Amino acid sequence: MNYETLAHFAHTWGLVYLVVLFAGVLFYALRPSARAKFEDAAQIPFKED
Amino acid sequence: MNWLISFPIGLTGVIGLMLAAKAQDPAMYGHGLVFFVAAVAAIFCVISRNLLAKKISAEDGYNDEIVRAGLIASTFWGIVGFSAGLFIALQLAFPDLNFDTSVTNFGRLRPLHTSAVIFAFGGNVLIMTSFHVVQRTCRARLAGNWSPWFVFWGYQLFIVLAASGYVLGVTQSKEYAEPEWYVDIWLTIVWVVYLVVFMATLAKRKEPHIYVANWFYLAFIVTVALLHLVNNAAVPVSFAGTKSYTLFAGVQDALTQWWYGHNAVGFFLTAGFLGIMYYFIPKQAERPIYSYRLSIVHFWSLIFLYIWAGPHHLLYTALPDWAQTLGMTFSVMLWMPSWGGMINGLMTLSGAWDKLRTDPILRIMVLSLAFYGMSTFEGPLMAIKAVNALSHYTDWTVGHVHSGALGWVGMVSFGAIYFLAPRVFGQAQLYSLRLVSLHFWMATFGIVFYAAAMWVSGILQGLMWRAYDQLGFLEYSFAETVEAMHPFYVIRALGGVLFLGGALVMAYNVYRTSRGDVRIEQPYTAVPQPAVA
Repeated sequence: MNYETLAHFAHTWGLVYLVVLFAGVLFYALRPSARAKFEDAAQIPFKED
Repeated sequence: MNWLISFPIGLTGVIGLMLAAKAQDPAMYGHGLVFFVAAVAAIFCVISRNLLAKKISAEDGYNDEIVRAGLIASTFWGIVGFSAGLFIALQLAFPDLNFDTSVTNFGRLRPLHTSAVIFAFGGNVLIMTSFHVVQRTCRARLAGNWSPWFVFWGYQLFIVLAASGYVLGVTQSKEYAEPEWYVDIWLTIVWVVYLVVFMATLAKRKEPHIYVANWFYLAFIVTVALLHLVNNAAVPVSFAGTKSYTLFAGVQDALTQWWYGHNAVGFFLTAGFLGIMYYFIPKQAERPIYSYRLSIVHFWSLIFLYIWAGPHHLLYTALPDWAQTLGMTFSVMLWMPSWGGMINGLMTLSGAWDKLRTDPILRIMVLSLAFYGMSTFEGPLMAIKAVNALSHYTDWTVGHVHSGALGWVGMVSFGAIYFLAPRVFGQAQLYSLRLVSLHFWMATFGIVFYAAAMWVSGILQGLMWRAYDQLGFLEYSFAETVEAMHPFYVIRALGGVLFLGGALVMAYNVYRTSRGDVRIEQPYTAVPQPAVA
């Protein structure tokens, strides 16, 4: 594996990997069905002193 | 007696004795004996406190003793680390303070300072707060009976071995990873137990969802383990000598070191302390985090971007150009999750900003977020090649590090210590809120003196180094640039005096709180009091 192969892999699949990952995170966090779950999660610190 | 605990302790003692007996150098002789003494003390504690016979039951409640021990250790190491920092700052301004001995010179005391503040103070704060937060947010007692105490005391032993080694000249010369191979192995054992205790507590949680602060703590523990193992891969010269050689060489070694070094900043000093932020700011403000969803995006984007930013420490070196550009690009992208997190913390106070007037602890926490925002803006800026050409190797870098370390890490830690102090000592309130306010102002002025002096001296230094005359010769000799720094080094030391003074005020406040004292002082009230005629 030479430098060009590695750089090409990073330019293409590296980009796809990070974009897909970020899209997945956004979907996980922002999907409307999880609204109640995350609002509830934000209250966890107040359940115990 | 339980063999799972007594056998490893005994083995540690025997290995310590063997290291001392076969020692190739005086430092290893001393450290072998330290291992032996620590093992004897550990056996004595295990027997006398009867830790093993005791079974954890539901009535035991939370393990607050370990948090109390962590609070005392954090305060103690904070004072030690800030004092060492002040002393080496004075050495830079007044070189006579090196005293012409090897043990007191700047080269040996500087890692003593950095390790004392990052690993001794910061590390104890992280272990203490993670043990507190994971119990409260999982609604489960900390897993293990003796193992949390092994983590605590094993970590203190690591600090003592590392610090005494530096003074005696034992170092593998890797920044923030100076401890030699045998201390690294000891820390690995302690860290694995830490990970097991934390994960086992998560596993027995009664709360279905794992609160976001725990994700940050877990990322911190796991990533630091990975960084530590890879960067410290080394071959010892002999099995009873301190000296070792790293597995890597040349630019590969440099890249491994700064992959480690930058992620020590990213996962030790950032992710871990963000765990503190996501629990203690909502608690102190008595309001949930502004956006829990943003905290999830913050977490994943921060950890996936940070790991690539290390090469920005090696711009304009033998490192291949594409790797330098990669490091620069990821550093600039890192600005986004950093500010997302800062905004999330600050906006938690939205609609409750008046609390800043009456709550100096919250004021300390908000200041920490302000410095988090400033230093995470400055960092990407300095990672840009053109800016780095001016800033690298100058005091600007030192100023940047301290705006992050004193401003963000220090202040958020002080906030957590003030929050926890009355709780772990079983008191209704802190000894004095007015003294918290005094600490706030002393620390703030200290940081401003420090950072402002280093901006000016750093840029001055960078410009002097690159100044040419009309014949193409360098305008200034190196000694002239050193001389020009003197006034700024004095101002920096003054900032250090203020910051250390503030920490001493905190230590006094914590001590009086532990005794149950309450200072007679004018309370903070929401409505301004009319002036007394």
